[in-house]
Amino acid sequence: MSTVETTLESVVIRFAGDSGDGMQLTGTQFTNAAALFGNDLATFPDFPAEIRAPIGTIAGVSGYQIHFGSTRIHTPGDQSDVLVAMNVAALKSNIKGLKKGGVIIANTDGFDAKNLRLANVPEDQNPLKDGSLAGYDVKEIDVTKITRAALADSGLGTKEIDRCKNMFVLGLLYWMYHRPIENTIEFISSKFKKNQAIADANIKVLQAGWSYGETTEMFAQRYNVAPAKMEAGIYRSIMGNQATALGLIAASVKSTLPLFYGTYPITPASDVLHELSKYKNYNIKTFQAEDVIAGICSAIGAAFGGHLAITGSSGPGIALKTEAIGLATMLELPLVVVNVQRAGPSTGLPTKTEQADLLQSYYGRNGECPVVIVAAQSPADCFNMAYEACRIALDHMIPVFFLSDGYIANGAEPWRFPTSDKLQPIHVEFAGERQATDDKFMPYLRDEKLSRPWAVPGTKGLEHRIGGLEKQNITGNISYDPENHELMVKLRQEKVDLVANYIPEQTIDNGADSGDLLILGWGGTYGALKTATAQLIAEGYSVSHAHVQYLSPFPKNLGELMSKFKKVVVPELNNGQLVKIIRDKYFVDAIAYNKIQGQPFMSIEVVNKMKEILG
Amino acid sequence: MTTETIKLTSKDFSSDQEVRWCPGCGDYSILKQVQTVLPDLGRPKEEFVFISGIGCSSRFPYYMDTFGMHSIHGRATAIATGLKATRPDLSVWVITGDGDSMSIGGNHFIHMLRRNPDLNVLLFNNQIYGLTKGQYSPTSEQGKVTKSTPMGSVDYPFNPIALCLGADATFVARTLDRDPKHQQAIIKRGYEHKGTSLVEIYQNCNVFNDGAFEVFTEKGTKKQETLMMEHGKPLIFGAENEKGIKLDGFKPVIVNVADVSENELWIHDETDLVKATILSRFYDDPSVEGHFPRPFGVFYVNNNKSTFDELFNNQIEYAKESYGEGDLDKLLAGRETWVVN
Repeated sequence: MSTVETTLESVVIRFAGDSGDGMQLTGTQFTNAAALFGNDLATFPDFPAEIRAPIGTIAGVSGYQIHFGSTRIHTPGDQSDVLVAMNVAALKSNIKGLKKGGVIIANTDGFDAKNLRLANVPEDQNPLKDGSLAGYDVKEIDVTKITRAALADSGLGTKEIDRCKNMFVLGLLYWMYHRPIENTIEFISSKFKKNQAIADANIKVLQAGWSYGETTEMFAQRYNVAPAKMEAGIYRSIMGNQATALGLIAASVKSTLPLFYGTYPITPASDVLHELSKYKNYNIKTFQAEDVIAGICSAIGAAFGGHLAITGSSGPGIALKTEAIGLATMLELPLVVVNVQRAGPSTGLPTKTEQADLLQSYYGRNGECPVVIVAAQSPADCFNMAYEACRIALDHMIPVFFLSDGYIANGAEPWRFPTSDKLQPIHVEFAGERQATDDKFMPYLRDEKLSRPWAVPGTKGLEHRIGGLEKQNITGNISYDPENHELMVKLRQEKVDLVANYIPEQTIDNGADSGDLLILGWGGTYGALKTATAQLIAEGYSVSHAHVQYLSPFPKNLGELMSKFKKVVVPELNNGQLVKIIRDKYFVDAIAYNKIQGQPFMSIEVVNKMKEILG
Repeated sequence: MTTETIKLTSKDFSSDQEVRWCPGCGDYSILKQVQTVLPDLGRPKEEFVFISGIGCSSRFPYYMDTFGMHSIHGRATAIATGLKATRPDLSVWVITGDGDSMSIGGNHFIHMLRRNPDLNVLLFNNQIYGLTKGQYSPTSEQGKVTKSTPMGSVDYPFNPIALCLGADATFVARTLDRDPKHQQAIIKRGYEHKGTSLVEIYQNCNVFNDGAFEVFTEKGTKKQETLMMEHGKPLIFGAENEKGIKLDGFKPVIVNVADVSENELWIHDETDLVKATILSRFYDDPSVEGHFPRPFGVFYVNNNKSTFDELFNNQIEYAKESYGEGDLDKLLAGRETWVVN
């Protein structure tokens, strides 16, 4: 039969199914295939907190959205072109995000009476039959039946056979979008290398999906999405948490300090631990402590001992680390605190994204306890900023917050990775041995960065005591002297402020360096703001976008940069945090634009809001 | 490394900081004994690190001329675990109190014990909160009248030794501030143990809980009320060592030494966990009729458990042997790459 070939600039596909349907795996496999083909892309895994919510219910729906194209892609897409719905619940909870006229690939077996009931569809209705999907291009396939038929002779049980369903969908989509299936075959073979029957079954169903597209008349169209025109170089696909781990490892290698990561499992930070724990041969020492507090405290012990010390957590876990961050600030030891932010106070929405911990990072400790804060803006940028966090911590003997969020942590994008020789050097020098005839060692004697010597135990003549009680400057002895306390509080702030001399100046990401409106963002909203800015500029608006990666201290030129615009708007996935600091620090009448739904910005909502602000 | 003999004295371990415990505090004795033991260990002093939490006892590191950290309430154990994991070459000591280790730091305390890092823990037990001026602690006896419990505390106390054995500690001992020689011997044995050594030290707080342990320290009662355990020797006590302990199945019985043959007495075996557990339960109120004497010395030693720091670092070495030293460029490139021209 003949198929029509269409070339598209970009496509958004959303895979949605039950938590047990393997949608995350399907999505990441498609992502790898698109990346290896040379498309630019961005992804958005969106899954429930429950590992296995009741099968077939709305609560149990797990989604994975990928936006890939031949142009530069900065967001996973506001709306999808294709929705794969493995059951009614998946359709029901994702149809809102599908473009009018978009393609629905529906697994009819997931629309039977039982599934309709579980998804709370009224008794006399079935979206596949009642005409409610009239505005869409619906492809009904009984994936379950075909998968079972394909594996009838496999000798596997029904349960194992049904687990291969996702491979059928993946195979079909590979056919639709001209993606090679070889990499996935390789992946399956290696994943199930100990169970040949399962590997064979998955591969067979993957191929069946491909053949289904080829032979049935249901799919009369195939699409080409050419490789993207990106900067020349070697690329790989990377997820945010993975990039964070690599950034930390790179800093460890470049500083020649072994890395210690003390932590306690928590969503969505756990993958940083999982990733780091694979690389013990890089001198990466990971410690899953008994609780969040022991995670950071063990890291402080490691910092005292001369390791590159990192701790990581999310949400309430960061709250638990508060007291120890205060100690690290008093001790003036290098420490990186990775915060993969998630939504809400207390347990909140553990698997959803938000950037609501900025004020906590700034102010959330007793006394006055300033720290350095940096934030990553995209999955690949997690590498850069995690590396920067380590560099600053080590160079300045200071605790540094590295902020990521659930959205970029789990999202993926192509990464033109650096070679190790291109990374900024990190020089660490421990204080040297002293003889009895030398002057007494002064643990709080400061250099031009106001940082104190790193005197690791085991070094002759450097015996000294540190602790959480206020220190006398220079000697480090306990001091209740009123003037000294004031001096030390100011010194700790000044030490943070001085970091501004060692970070890059703020740049405009897109647009002119003066105009009607500056969109000032930070963190994981980068892609949406970049896409929105490009559209606004294309429509003739005088709009620019700057994205702040260094949040404490700010780049030295930030105030001046903002002053060139008539209006400054600060879009954030919180109730207004950076905007408060900007208003406080620069007396700029910055406008807050907030979304607090546990979901990233859609670029279209940003565009509309900016137009409203521009009047 | 050169093998120069290190001749250190207790003075070498005294810092220039003025000691600020209340006059008469049991902490002075512990500081003195530690400063007496350390020079004899044949180790350069820069290798010693003392980590403490918060409380009166936790001021200890400031008075030692070694590396030290006065940290956060209850967290010294976690900090020390991180330090020892990364620097197994150091001799790391934890100084903690009953409130620090068993109230706010209870979680880290039991997890340290089960992991068994090679740390030396000195638990100053004075059965009271001293630094916060006299509230009851997790080891205070029930009914304790304090500022926060004017009608008496309703809490049942922890039995620290039983708690440690329950957490699978590999060295558990008890000593007294008022018995310098015994204290020194036990501290030294704790140091020599490979793994976490837990030494509970009964320490008198003469301001808020004076005399809490006096029946175990005063001449008139000491011999009746204490059971000094020695490995391989019978468990005997009393003014004339006239009493002994016999095991009737799993049930300990107090007997007159004269009434039994010597091999009927319980011979202390430090390596026997079941017997150590029974001994840990000799925790009666000394005013109760027919109570058992309080044991001092080493309850239990397990030399067969690898230390956490060993296991932790062995994995690093094993990974290097198996996969070779890490190559950063290989890591950054990952498994699948593509080229854009």
